[in-house]
Amino acid sequence: MVTYLDNNATTRTDPDVLAAMLPYLSELYGNPSSMHSFGGQVGAAIETAREQVASLLGAEPTEIIFNSCGSEGNNTAIHAALAAQPEKRHIITTAVEHPAILAVCKHLEKRGYQVTYLSVNSRGELDLMELEAAMTGGTALVTTMYANNETGVIFPVEQIGAIAQSYGATYHVDAVQAVGKVPINLATSPIDLLTLSGHKLHAPKGIGALYVRKGFRFRPFLLGGHQERGRRAGTHNVPGIVGLGKAAELAQIHLAHVQREAELRDMLEHGILTTIPDTVVNGGGAPRLPNTTNIGFKYIEGEAILFMLNREGICASSGSACTSGSLDPSHVLTAMGLPYTILHGSIRFSLSRYTTEAEIRQVLTVMPEIVERLRALSPFNNDQVEWLQERDLAVAT
Amino acid sequence: MWDYSEKVLELFYNPINQGTIDDPQEPDVAVVYGEVGSIACGDALRLHLKIQQSTDSILDARFQTFGCTSAIASSSALTEIIKGKTLDEALHITNQDIADFLGGLPEAKMHCSVMGQEALEAAIYKYRGIEVEHHEDDDGTLVCTCYGISEKKIRRAIAENRLTTVEQVTNYVKAGGGCGSCLADIEDILLDIQHSAESVKVAPTLTPEKEQSTQALPYPSTPLTNLQKITLIQQVIDTEVRPLLLADGGDVSLHDVEGDRVLVKLQGACGSCPSSTQTLKYAIEAKLKDLVLPSLIVEAI
Repeated sequence: MVTYLDNNATTRTDPDVLAAMLPYLSELYGNPSSMHSFGGQVGAAIETAREQVASLLGAEPTEIIFNSCGSEGNNTAIHAALAAQPEKRHIITTAVEHPAILAVCKHLEKRGYQVTYLSVNSRGELDLMELEAAMTGGTALVTTMYANNETGVIFPVEQIGAIAQSYGATYHVDAVQAVGKVPINLATSPIDLLTLSGHKLHAPKGIGALYVRKGFRFRPFLLGGHQERGRRAGTHNVPGIVGLGKAAELAQIHLAHVQREAELRDMLEHGILTTIPDTVVNGGGAPRLPNTTNIGFKYIEGEAILFMLNREGICASSGSACTSGSLDPSHVLTAMGLPYTILHGSIRFSLSRYTTEAEIRQVLTVMPEIVERLRALSPFNNDQVEWLQERDLAVAT
Repeated sequence: MWDYSEKVLELFYNPINQGTIDDPQEPDVAVVYGEVGSIACGDALRLHLKIQQSTDSILDARFQTFGCTSAIASSSALTEIIKGKTLDEALHITNQDIADFLGGLPEAKMHCSVMGQEALEAAIYKYRGIEVEHHEDDDGTLVCTCYGISEKKIRRAIAENRLTTVEQVTNYVKAGGGCGSCLADIEDILLDIQHSAESVKVAPTLTPEKEQSTQALPYPSTPLTNLQKITLIQQVIDTEVRPLLLADGGDVSLHDVEGDRVLVKLQGACGSCPSSTQTLKYAIEAKLKDLVLPSLIVEAI
């Protein structure tokens, strides 16, 4: 049996979602763009899904564009925002965004755009004064996460949006980690564009959506077809869209019970902090998603912890180094100014509605021994903190 | 998830020779340790050796590792390989020997074996009283994660050895020699260094000789002749401005210079772009003000 606590990476497809999709993977295979009724009935399913997604977001169905994933949504949103105001050449984002935002911003910098990367404090929070100071009349776009994928820290999107709006800038929110975990009502929000991804809320991979506020001057990113009212070319991923619609419907129901996830998360945090010395919850003091905790285990390295957990059948994630194929520590934790002693040894546990108390207890049972074993191997264990201090490495610079 | 060999996983889950070695204070026995890496870079190894002085051989070897699965396995493997060897024999151990002992390592994890080889060298050099040069600035942002090479180390190697190609960088510091995913980054560093060198060269060559020693960028401190000014403007447009515009499908050419008025012709996508005013002001005029004269005004013809 697998104890799956890596739901910010991806989630299990809900059985009801799968059931909703199956007809569109078998007998209902028509192309919704076809002129015949065999395809037409498929088109109706897409519109139902659009209504389901819109309902979850407090949006109108016409404001939803189906696409392939969060990365496509983020790329499209930035492209659309800049195309809407081509005379403006300034973008504001944060230092802790997903690579699907940061890589695009870096690319645009090489194309002559100016990009401001807002900092975060040690709890992973933004300073709205810094945002206000960065805004100019030339700011085309403000793009921030709704909630951070590594720490779960939630940004004040309503306030950020109000500031962006007052300067005439577009506000895009990467809500990939937030949708289905916190209530969102775009009807009363200053958000212009919002990205979501199906596989983060128990729909399959390869399906996502972009909310585009009604009246927004949208220019398509993918050209070549009339699908999605000409706003996103490409044959519809009908099973995926139907699955996303069903997942959105289920997520809306689940929002009423999300407190249970928070309680299990808190049980995990409390258990680890009280049984294992030199541990800390990264971003613990800030408003956070109910399902996410990021815990730093001082003096040991994340991938080693993950492999030990893996042997116990426990799936988690590390922002460190080796998991991502990079030895650089997580850019999110680095931006928070955490010490190196924590940076490399941080593990993210992310829960879902399927997580059980027994699974949390299993983690709490095995974790102390894992940490003890690795600390016994480490030259940076508790007795040798001076070793780090001599080299000025106890605190990140 | 990395694709580790069974041997790597075996030595990770059940490491051998972990820990330190107490100095027995016996005649003919010395205990020494060598260390490499840092917590900043995400992995570090402290290798402890117990040496029989009369035979110059390794009686025991133990390790302490801060690092990933392969770092721990590599350290364990190293201690097994070197026990019983003379110091000279041990100095011939390569990182590939460590990787081979483990049944191979993923390319991106080869730096773990390099770390082992370097720690061994550090310990033996320390025992023999040989100074090992250490650059504190080698800590920092990694470019080549396979071998744990920082940007600062690459920049220093390029500067000290006047390297001009990515292949040379790989040969000198191993960066880029693993998975190869950082080759483009190394090329960017090379271009950045070359570009900086060119920028430094541009202004002084146009400055009177006696002023060269006090020449300070970004623009000359003494008045330029008209010819010098036009030449410098042309160079900045060619090296700083046009690459950016070309990347966006546009271009620009210098038409004339009248006093401080620089007349340019926007071409390609820039010619018909509704943002051409911004292009003139931010992409061209700002550069010329920074790098030639602060009083320049750019206009399109």
